[in-house]
Amino acid sequence: MTAASEPYVLNIGPQHPSTHGVFRVRVVMDGERIRDIDMIVGYLHRSMEKLAEERTYTQNIPFTDRADYLAAMSGNLGYCLAVEQLAGVEVPERASYLRVIFAELQRIASHAMANGQLVSDAGAWQTPLLYMWREREKILDLFEMTCGARLTTNYMRIGGVAFDPPPEFFPAASALLDELPARIAEYTELLVDNEIFLARTRNVGVISAADAINASLAGPMLRGSGVPWDLRKAEPYCGYDRFDFAVPVGRAGDAYDRFMVRMEEVRQSVGIVRQALDGLPPGAHKTDIPLALRPEPGEAYARVEGPRGELGFYLVSDGGPAPYRFHIRAPSLINLTLLREMAVGASLPDAIVALGSIDIVVGEIDR
Amino acid sequence: MPRGPRQLDGREVAQRLRAAMPDAVAGATDEWVEVAAPRVAEVLRWLHDDPALDAAQLSSLCSVDRYDRFELVYHLQSLDQNHLIVVKAVLDREQPSLPSVYGVYRGALLQEREVYDLMGIHFEGHPDLRRLFLWEGFPGHPLRKNFLQIAGHHPGLPRFPFEEPGKQAR
Repeated sequence: MTAASEPYVLNIGPQHPSTHGVFRVRVVMDGERIRDIDMIVGYLHRSMEKLAEERTYTQNIPFTDRADYLAAMSGNLGYCLAVEQLAGVEVPERASYLRVIFAELQRIASHAMANGQLVSDAGAWQTPLLYMWREREKILDLFEMTCGARLTTNYMRIGGVAFDPPPEFFPAASALLDELPARIAEYTELLVDNEIFLARTRNVGVISAADAINASLAGPMLRGSGVPWDLRKAEPYCGYDRFDFAVPVGRAGDAYDRFMVRMEEVRQSVGIVRQALDGLPPGAHKTDIPLALRPEPGEAYARVEGPRGELGFYLVSDGGPAPYRFHIRAPSLINLTLLREMAVGASLPDAIVALGSIDIVVGEIDR
Repeated sequence: MPRGPRQLDGREVAQRLRAAMPDAVAGATDEWVEVAAPRVAEVLRWLHDDPALDAAQLSSLCSVDRYDRFELVYHLQSLDQNHLIVVKAVLDREQPSLPSVYGVYRGALLQEREVYDLMGIHFEGHPDLRRLFLWEGFPGHPLRKNFLQIAGHHPGLPRFPFEEPGKQAR
């Protein structure tokens, strides 16, 4: 016999550790099961797209740090590529290598955060997160010694990068790269075969490959469902075709597969950074561009494979020094498209794990 | 003009579209194909189902305010053929409304809500057309060019002190 139950509404967030920022979901519960879910976003909306229309192309670079503040380098890179495509600016070889090095270090740092948070959401309260932050911390130290900032790096420039890394960067980076494989093995040992973690993440938030493609999902969300799509392979910007790396994919499309895809991507990124450091050519790290760059009227859409997926920048120029239109194709927002499908019918703790496996950054959702 | 590395020539797409839907195409350049706004869902459905063009994923959907008209820009990605197709639809500024493409791409769900919220374009047939970032009752749509426009003020910047031909800053 089952007791009669009345549906009730539960608010999660905007301030709640499991929502990873000022993100709010309104859940209609029927006993233990979720009957409906609605997300309410906009708490961090800073109207970047509007503000960008009154600033020069270079002045807009800091916005791209503050959109996805856990992957500032990827934002910088995507935006600079879009402006370079729009204005026809050439980038020196050394700058492309440095961009790859920093974008991949950023991916490692961001995935450490994403996976640590997911494990934290699954109940392993904070310990694995802080373990993974050891490496993230060292990467942020590398950022700090190169550009002076840890999170909002503002490092890439139109036509290259702002600074050449200092001499102490290279030994520190190779020491970190030597250390990382052992650390990844440690996490694998701690988590991947952990029965509780498996029970919490297997068959949670399952998305089929067809749904993932149709709902515009990107990055580990798409690859976790078994679609081998990576812009670094499909559209090799910054000379990614020079580096040897694999694109890991999942099979079941559940939270566990997304976790594993991120774990393997960290391993692949270590390989890419090592190859880029070994092959780093001498030369200039940027080309000079006018202070007020005035691209010909036209438009450009450039994309990079950020840690959260396809990070696109759509720019329209009217010939003036500021973009006429600046649009960010934000993977964090678009990856939430299937939130309802993932959560309805699940229990609340499973929905939290499903949300954690999307790896949202609210700064990028709201912009 | 600059075209992405794997972007299809819009005229080529237009040619194939004209063969299937003669009156849907409104124009084409080497970058994009412009289609009649009321037919956009049909056109995207055809591009999605056509095996050669194979527009499997809606990569991005956004809008541009051109003062006298709105432009909707759809970036469609083929995963098998690895190319990008850019489709545009032009809308009247007075009653901006066009069919939702949610029936073709579920990825349009939040992106159309964003365009509705920030530029006030109505999508017919969208299952859940509400504001996304701003609250219901917010006055106006901020990404429109005339939002809070002060008379005589033009968005953009005046000339820079060091901006002279041949003289590079830094």
